[in-house]
Amino acid sequence: MTAVVTRQPETEPPEPQRTEWPRGSNLRALMSGRRNSVLLLGVLVAWVIVGTIMHGTHTLEIGGADQIGIQNWLGDRANDIQLASSQNFFIQVTHGISDGLNSLILWLQHLISTPAFPRPYPHVGFLGVVVIAWLFTAITAGWRMSILTVACFLAFALLGFWEESMDLLIVTLLAVAISVIVGIPMAILMARNKTARAIVTPVLDVMQTLPSFTYLLPLSLLFEIGPAAAVICTVIYSLPPVMRIASHGLLNVNPATVEATNSMGQTSWQRLRKVDLPMAKRTIIVGINQTTMAALSMATIAAFINGPGLGQPVVRALNALRVGDAFVPGLCIVLMAIMMDRVTTAASQHSENLARGQARNIAELRGRLLIAGAVITTVCVYLGANYTWAAKPPSSSAGTWLANRVQEVIDWISKHWSGATSTISDKFTTIFLNKVEYVVAGSPWFVTGAAILAIAFLLGGRRAFIAALVCVAGLRWLGLWNGAMVTLTATLVATVFVMILAVVFGVWMGRSPRADQVIRPFLDAGQTLPPFVYLIPTLALFGPTRFTAIVAAVAYAAPAAIKIVADGIKAVSATTVEAAESAGALRIQIITKVQIPMARSAFTVAANQGLLYVLSMVVIGGLVGAGALGYDVVAGFKQLPLQGRGLAAGFSIVLLGVMLDRITTYTAQRGAKKAVES
Amino acid sequence: MTSEAIADSKPRLSVAGLWKVFGPKAASIIGTPDADLPRPELLERTGCVAAVKDVSFDVAPGEVFVVMGLSGSGKSTLVRCLTRLIEPTAGSVRLDGSDVAAMSTRELMAVRRNEVAMVFQHFGLLPHRQVLDNVAFGLEIRGEGKEKRYKRSREIIDLVGLKGYENHYPDQLSGGMQQRVGLARALAVDPKVLLFDEPFSALDPLIRRDMQNEVIRLQDDLKTTMVFITHDLSEALKLGDRILIMRDGEVVQIGTPAEVIAAPADDYVKDFVSEIPRSHVLTLKWVMRPQRPDDSLEGPEMDINTIIRNAAQAALASAHPVKVIENGQLVGIVDDEAILRSVVAEEEVSA
Repeated sequence: MTAVVTRQPETEPPEPQRTEWPRGSNLRALMSGRRNSVLLLGVLVAWVIVGTIMHGTHTLEIGGADQIGIQNWLGDRANDIQLASSQNFFIQVTHGISDGLNSLILWLQHLISTPAFPRPYPHVGFLGVVVIAWLFTAITAGWRMSILTVACFLAFALLGFWEESMDLLIVTLLAVAISVIVGIPMAILMARNKTARAIVTPVLDVMQTLPSFTYLLPLSLLFEIGPAAAVICTVIYSLPPVMRIASHGLLNVNPATVEATNSMGQTSWQRLRKVDLPMAKRTIIVGINQTTMAALSMATIAAFINGPGLGQPVVRALNALRVGDAFVPGLCIVLMAIMMDRVTTAASQHSENLARGQARNIAELRGRLLIAGAVITTVCVYLGANYTWAAKPPSSSAGTWLANRVQEVIDWISKHWSGATSTISDKFTTIFLNKVEYVVAGSPWFVTGAAILAIAFLLGGRRAFIAALVCVAGLRWLGLWNGAMVTLTATLVATVFVMILAVVFGVWMGRSPRADQVIRPFLDAGQTLPPFVYLIPTLALFGPTRFTAIVAAVAYAAPAAIKIVADGIKAVSATTVEAAESAGALRIQIITKVQIPMARSAFTVAANQGLLYVLSMVVIGGLVGAGALGYDVVAGFKQLPLQGRGLAAGFSIVLLGVMLDRITTYTAQRGAKKAVES
Repeated sequence: MTSEAIADSKPRLSVAGLWKVFGPKAASIIGTPDADLPRPELLERTGCVAAVKDVSFDVAPGEVFVVMGLSGSGKSTLVRCLTRLIEPTAGSVRLDGSDVAAMSTRELMAVRRNEVAMVFQHFGLLPHRQVLDNVAFGLEIRGEGKEKRYKRSREIIDLVGLKGYENHYPDQLSGGMQQRVGLARALAVDPKVLLFDEPFSALDPLIRRDMQNEVIRLQDDLKTTMVFITHDLSEALKLGDRILIMRDGEVVQIGTPAEVIAAPADDYVKDFVSEIPRSHVLTLKWVMRPQRPDDSLEGPEMDINTIIRNAAQAALASAHPVKVIENGQLVGIVDDEAILRSVVAEEEVSA
């Protein structure tokens, strides 16, 4: 789950343009609401009391290298898959696919990133790559963007990560290409066919609920560790946004136009080509933008399964806890993210400008541009093939210099500030985190399980209860109960902070257009960054602790949650606010009695998104000392004997994600239904 | 065109027993007693809504046939059934004798491409295409070459008064001009029948009047058969050779504007037309009486199709009653009282 992928909120925002006081005025609704809160409080108190009395018993803790029950079975199956690969037809197919993909990737690497033996450089040298990138962006997104692109490419080379950057570009763009080739036809099918839509939508929902981390291990078993598996993971992760957004765009083509053009006797194919696709073009490009950003973030994480690219040096450095070394490749990832986001966003506007700008002669002009581009490209590629100066990326010591300076700063911080940062971290851990963990993970499993079920029922009703029951049973069965509860603790604690930020900044932005104008660009920028990037500065400040993962998770999840709340507050009918003002309500009263209650569904959606983002980041935080499930997954990649446990951890994460998602979703739906009834 | 002339010629469009029922097992309702139920009861009993109930009418070549009704009366559904944008549940729609309702998809496409064109309330223009390409759309999808379709489109753009706007995009035009593009797009394919679905309802009153005059002008030039949907009675009276009044999916009355005003079929129509100044619509035919032996024959002679309002001044100025002439024959007498009654009192006039 990356911050760029926002799901359609499953509840409608409150209906605007009606002057109507927030719900709760109905006495019965109020009573039932109050009774529920009392019961909820009762459950929490009982949980704390019983948990404290029985603390430390039946917590199902297992040793770091132990593997029990179902995990052994999973490990054996994983071994079977690997051993039986020559006999099992299905595995042969998947391995065939990955062999094909691997050779394609290798070919691309020889083309632009790695030396193509016997040449000391790739076939298309540095100059050729930069010129192609420059022309491509100039044509698709305008000359301003092409300057940005060239600057970023130069930076990759000068910072000393040219090869890794190109590898990441290959994995990302290949995955985007596959996602678009598969996703757009699927989107058309979804838009045209109700049955297809009904089948595919829940699948996409589940795909987007899963934290990115959990894809890696199972897929690497099927497709073997390496570039191919990295691309496939990335495709699976980046496919949903383009399908969802493109089908949404196609479905929302103005029905009056569709009817008018139908009345002229167009065929279904003509409608698609001349009406639907052109009219949905901008939305489709937005979908491609989202898919690109999702692909980039997954492609960096795929470094865990030997996916080539900038993720590798980051993972190596984070493993060695050397923040300075992680900083420079991290910076390259940020540059790549900004570049891709800006270029794809500009491309959507640019296509319109081009089409409108110079009317009819633009096609001619474009033709000439293309010919000129082809000539320039050929010349540059020729130069790169024959002259070292054109093939070799410019090098500089900027990267190492920067890494050293950053390391110095970090050393300085840890020398002079370590008192302060570790005090913050320790205080937070002992005062807050440990207390919650004491109850959630320290209680007997059946106590915590029962408490979760009771809370699910009180919040989300019977459907939430059933979902929670299945997930709790699954977690128990997978044998990593204690780890799951530690992860759950971190997730809940981080989400509390995300929601505090969401309320404070969201309400502020929702009420003040100026605040919105100033803050929103930062949130947008934050949402384009892959989750990895967040670990680097937090690790520098707080060292390898659970607290680091929580801070990174809060930073990662907050932008999305804040935006959802801000939009929810903004959607509150201006008439209602005006009516409250005219009734003499104070500002604080307007916020607490009108705006927040009326934007309630936005808060549940924000909580839902916040929980899922936080979970995916907390899991990645396993890398920097957050332990628990995330650590088990990483250990599963690295140590063959722990593969079964790693798989179980992956499934446990999925169950946690589904459980949190279902409880919050059903809570939101119930809230919406109640509002309608009262 | 008079109603007699229409009845004589072979119809261009002939609709018979047309039904559109929305809901489960819609087709099975037709012919059962359920079909005669009023809408709310039908919905309760069967879960179906009969939007168009057993509608039949003929439209002669060159006639402007207006379908009028309030919202929910089924008029928009009716016009969509004519080219099966909404699939009719039962009945036939004959276009020059061949039944559109029974056509294969291929034949239907040919009809939509060549014979019938439609103008929509919300224009339905393609925002990514310039005016020229919007107008050429119908020609494009039936596969005509670029040069030919641009030539034709430019002619039509001139005809509807959009010369100079060929390279504008729809969102750069006002609502009235956008609808001119919609009109040009429909005319470009040179259709035998033009369908209008409340084309001017979304426009300002002044622009609306302009566009109505435009339609009248085009009709004078091109003599295209038109089926025009509206909820605006004055628009219907202004444009229509004949008017079909619909209520709850059923035909209430079909007649010329004068027939509708002068002889409303029931209280519903009467209520509808009560606001309309009769003297602006009715001709002498509707207020004349047979000649009596004591009538003075000194008065002015007037044609039977003279609108009362136009006859009023001369009639009142003369001391003798007006002699009404049809085909050179004296067919009746209109006295001052009859004129005053329709101009001032607006009370009931029996035909």
